[in-house]
Amino acid sequence: MSARENILGRIRASLRRTDSDGAAARARARIDAHALSPRPSVKGDLAALFRTNAVKLLSTVAEVTHLCEVPATVAAYLRAHNLPMQAVCWPEIAALDWAASGVRMESRPARRSYDSDLVGVTGVFCAIAETGTMMMRSSGNTPPATSLLPETHIAVLNLSQIVPSMEEAWQRLRYTYGPGPFMPRAVNFVSGPSRTADIEQTLTLGAHGPYRVHIIMVAEGD
Amino acid sequence: MQLTSPQFKTRSREKLADANLQAALKKLQGNFVKGRADRVAELENFPAIRDAAADIRSRTLENLDAYLEEFERNATAAGATVHWAETTGEVNRIVCELAARYSVKKAVKSKSMVTEECALNEALEAAGVKVVETDLGEYILQLANDPPSHIIAPAIHLTKEQVSDVFEVKHERPRRTDIPGMCQEAREMLRGHFVTADMGISGANFIVAETGSTLIVTNEGNGRMVTTLPRVHVAITGIEKVVPTLEDLSTLIRLLPRHATGQTISNYVSVTTGPQREGDSDGPQHFHIILLDGGRTKLLGGDMQDMLRCIRCGACMNHCPVYQSVGGHAYGWVYPGPMGSVLTPTYAGLENARDLPNAATLCGQCSVACPVKIPLPDLLRKLRERQFEQGLKPAMEAWGLALWRWAAQRPAIYAMLAKVGARVLATMATKHDGGKRLIHALPMGGGWTDGRDMPAPTGTNGKTFRELYQARQNRQ
Repeated sequence: MSARENILGRIRASLRRTDSDGAAARARARIDAHALSPRPSVKGDLAALFRTNAVKLLSTVAEVTHLCEVPATVAAYLRAHNLPMQAVCWPEIAALDWAASGVRMESRPARRSYDSDLVGVTGVFCAIAETGTMMMRSSGNTPPATSLLPETHIAVLNLSQIVPSMEEAWQRLRYTYGPGPFMPRAVNFVSGPSRTADIEQTLTLGAHGPYRVHIIMVAEGD
Repeated sequence: MQLTSPQFKTRSREKLADANLQAALKKLQGNFVKGRADRVAELENFPAIRDAAADIRSRTLENLDAYLEEFERNATAAGATVHWAETTGEVNRIVCELAARYSVKKAVKSKSMVTEECALNEALEAAGVKVVETDLGEYILQLANDPPSHIIAPAIHLTKEQVSDVFEVKHERPRRTDIPGMCQEAREMLRGHFVTADMGISGANFIVAETGSTLIVTNEGNGRMVTTLPRVHVAITGIEKVVPTLEDLSTLIRLLPRHATGQTISNYVSVTTGPQREGDSDGPQHFHIILLDGGRTKLLGGDMQDMLRCIRCGACMNHCPVYQSVGGHAYGWVYPGPMGSVLTPTYAGLENARDLPNAATLCGQCSVACPVKIPLPDLLRKLRERQFEQGLKPAMEAWGLALWRWAAQRPAIYAMLAKVGARVLATMATKHDGGKRLIHALPMGGGWTDGRDMPAPTGTNGKTFRELYQARQNRQ
């Protein structure tokens, strides 16, 4: 008998069942129902709520009207924080007109070395108003390392990408990429800069991931 | 991890005298206990959310075999390999075999209490694999060769000066004493390990049957590093961690960080499904998941089943007056506090952890704070009953109770003994505190009076309860 059969056998014996009494069908039915449990009501202006909660978790936020304003906004942020005018980004971001902004933007994944690129610019799959969280899905065009390895992460999102809660974020993923397997290799929910409080319970930013997370919210178009 | 639970009393005494630990434990109240209360108060329908979370956990356990099989099917379809381990030793064997198969020289680890159960680091080191803990707290403890004392804040018992001492010796760099500086130093040391490690090892806060995904939450981002950069990822978790759907996961994630650290959400919630896909520029090429029994099936179907709902948030220990006084090391195994006092005796044997079920005042704060409504005081009481049935109570306690029973059945003798006792205790009152008569030191009763004063019997020369009651009746 394998460990697998022993463990499953012990579970069935403990629950006083055999493997043929419909547990699999019950589990399948429960999964297929995708039942929603009680949750806090997320009402009102989702964008305002997202912004408030993101700032609470120590992200900074800028709001612009059009996507074409993003390069200048990034440039202003980098200048204000005395950061290099150089960054790596996802392909979707590279399509913007960076030439005039003064930011040297490269469309490639962040370098996996001891000293990685200092600034990474990404989009998001969607954003969650309830907690001020961004949801990113991995793919060749949306590499997770870009939001992880650089010391500064700048994320660009459109207001239409903001959903009330995590439940809607999963529904959107399922709807966009299903039916059939819809999960990417990695879904990363990011809620502000990396942090630790492991030494004397003192909050310190930039434990392993970015020290700074700046979110640019774009109002029009998508 | 070496079991030292039999030395609970000795170690508790040491910990009560440890001023640094006492200061850290006090601070924990302000941070974690208050944080939880604040975050829970923000949820207008918290009781309904908590009921739902407990219900999700309970109902999953009722069909645990089916959800595990569903998880295995979907994880395998996504390209992961699922292993089953009956014992912690089997986990170590599987990981060591994988390390050999993929020629792993260095592994980076995200914090995992299950691997502490296994003592995986020692097994890998013995197999010639360098293991680096990457959660800052666990990293400090690994350098200091010290076990964790809290499941969420493992190095809570160390001061920054102690951390400075460790870093100075192990990093061989100029000594730093500012906390941001020390964090940056650790970041620099660990970044080098992240980009050169061959294997990433993580636990899983939950696994999702619907999609075959594993999930970890971290604040530091080390969990993301470990699951993104190395070419092999091994996720190790207990069989009880499965949840049916992503919707169920959302409910539990709403409660876990709130109860653990007082956060609405952990900084990084990372859900991984299978290895690197075509076109991906990062992610592991090989993804293995190990499901551990390790004593968990023993809890199923019995009077301890509720314990399997546990989501390892640590709220029960943060709210426990015993944990608040002695910290985690006194408990002597991986899991401290009330949840540990249930798990250690059930996993490691009641005879090896006699004091733990009794290391509780049964005040009930743990079950009030538990996000999945585990009736911890009831479980502890059941363990005490089991101890009694198995004759595992200390001889002194058995004799004492036998003596008391003998006297209690003889009212005249009981009254006389109580009278003598009350008179003697009254003469020992040495301290007057606002008119109160207190006993500061009790011969052979140091366990009571070392940490606090005992109120002396009241009335002239000391009266028993029955005498005082009679006097009151006569006055009316």
